[in-house]
Amino acid sequence: MHFLSNRARLLGILFGLAVLGYLVLFPQQHSASEVRLWTTAIYIGIAAMGLNLLTGYNGQVSIGHGAFYGIGAYTSALLVSEHGWSYLTTIPIAAAISFIIGVAIGVPALRVKGLYLALVTLGLAVVFPDITKKFVHGVGGTNLVRVSRLDLAAPSWVPAKAAALDQWGYYLTLTIALILLLGIWLLVRGRFGRALIAVRDHEAAATTVGVNLARTKVMAFALSAAYAGIAGALSVQVTGLANAEKIGTFNLSILFLVAVVIGGTATVFGPLIGGFAVVMIQSATSDFVANPPILPSFFSGKEVLSPALFGVLLIVFMYFMPDGIMGAARRSSRRLGRTLSRAGKAA
Amino acid sequence: MALFLTQLMNGIGSGVVYASLGLAIVLIFRTTGILNFAQGEMALFATYITWELTQSPLPVWLAILISMGIAFIAGVLIERVIVRPVEKSSPLVLVIVTIGMFLAFNALAQLFFGVDAKALPRAYPDHSWIIGGVVLRSDTFVLVGVLAIECLALWLLLQRTKLGLALRAVASNPDSARLLGISAATMLMLGWGLASALGALAGALVVPTTTGLTAGSMQSVLIFSFAGVALGGFDSPLGAVVGGLIIGVAGALTQQYLPALSGIEIIVPFGLILLVLMFRPQGLFGQSKVERV
Repeated sequence: MHFLSNRARLLGILFGLAVLGYLVLFPQQHSASEVRLWTTAIYIGIAAMGLNLLTGYNGQVSIGHGAFYGIGAYTSALLVSEHGWSYLTTIPIAAAISFIIGVAIGVPALRVKGLYLALVTLGLAVVFPDITKKFVHGVGGTNLVRVSRLDLAAPSWVPAKAAALDQWGYYLTLTIALILLLGIWLLVRGRFGRALIAVRDHEAAATTVGVNLARTKVMAFALSAAYAGIAGALSVQVTGLANAEKIGTFNLSILFLVAVVIGGTATVFGPLIGGFAVVMIQSATSDFVANPPILPSFFSGKEVLSPALFGVLLIVFMYFMPDGIMGAARRSSRRLGRTLSRAGKAA
Repeated sequence: MALFLTQLMNGIGSGVVYASLGLAIVLIFRTTGILNFAQGEMALFATYITWELTQSPLPVWLAILISMGIAFIAGVLIERVIVRPVEKSSPLVLVIVTIGMFLAFNALAQLFFGVDAKALPRAYPDHSWIIGGVVLRSDTFVLVGVLAIECLALWLLLQRTKLGLALRAVASNPDSARLLGISAATMLMLGWGLASALGALAGALVVPTTTGLTAGSMQSVLIFSFAGVALGGFDSPLGAVVGGLIIGVAGALTQQYLPALSGIEIIVPFGLILLVLMFRPQGLFGQSKVERV
């Protein structure tokens, strides 16, 4: 961001702090259902952050990360409900298991590129629900695993103001999201981030300057899997269950990718913003169809219009912001900067 | 042995369906470089139109032909109105746009045609013969026959007509094609129209062999077609056919002979793809790209 002066950077930091302040105060002033919606937006954003590492920075497209999200959710739910673990300790385990499975899948996927990789990962999203149906014996013999609310409640050290079930979930998710965001920020600015980008832009050139192609790609895959796994583990706190259905896992995988592209590929903050955007757009379209401000007789009982509206919005979005929200913001801030400097010269 | 042959025939029966939709996917990929995630849902919509026409009542064959015509026009319009404005964007943006269409078409199909399953009649008598213990179904023969005709027609179109030459020229180098006076825009619309019509045919043939037409009918077909296309190579029509057949047969044989995998048979096609792609990253019949460094 060479065009940013020190003053602009200061403004950016102040803006960031204001947003953070708003986020911290949010659960104090809003209803439990709104807080849960925002928590969902944040953990979808976490999965998108990880996928962005793989797709945005490393150029490997995956439409199967819903499976890693599921692995995280099942790990957490099963450890809590069947083995009596405390919920908090299951989150790092979920991350570790997703990471290891990510390595196991990333290694054979090394040879597979571009759209072929996208389809192999699609297989992951399709296979995963079947695997859970075969090996997980949850409620009534289905693959649904329920976790009791008591097990998901806040530990005793949490201050009372943040200890309601929804608030605790929100603060926990927000904290983890910030830590993971910092992780990405440090990662992409360092040696590993430059290696990721070099591999994406030109594999042969990257190897000639000493980048270990295989290790970089597998690492990107495994890290993105771990992020998705953490998102899945966090989802258990909000939904109180782990579940996997064919269409659901596929849709979730798509949702992550959509969040990355809408937010802005290969940007640090983009995926979090994109996660927010997709969750809020989806909730807005279903609200719209449920309580239409116009033509209520046309919309009544037509809940299926909500995904139709979402699909259309996606396409429209891509027309106007092909480089995502961050890209559009960057372009307009650049334009603003030019206008300002021209105005400054004129005066 | 009879059991094996019966399962083989079943596998071919479903493989042919994957191959038909796979052909449509390859056609669009060849002409525009886009992997169309909405292919299955476009076919779904066309199949609903076929169903609607049979209710009017038209004979099934006529209904299929009319809906193929409608699907062709719809495909042309989709290219012109939805895809054209983002044609030059990054592949990821195109993926998102076709995913948007996927969601929208699926939801609209539910909206217009309801959620309960519709029974679409066969266009031919349903019959099965048992010869030496092997079960042969009329479904399999018709599907194989239609696929063979489809392949022949496509081959003739692409390799033996001026139009086909223009289509191939645009696919391999749009700029040079333009310089030679070929309208790339028209060819792209044509490619989408053809693919859409092929999808309509695939849908109308597969649905009668299943439990009924619902909004989810084409999703698993799409996934297996993708698998077949990945196996055969995105840019190869022959690959789409062979890949689709392999996926179908592998599925049927797994069900029969690998009871340990019952419930997770789907692991086989994707394991197969991974294995093939490890040795031939461009798919079985795809052309490998030589990169100049």
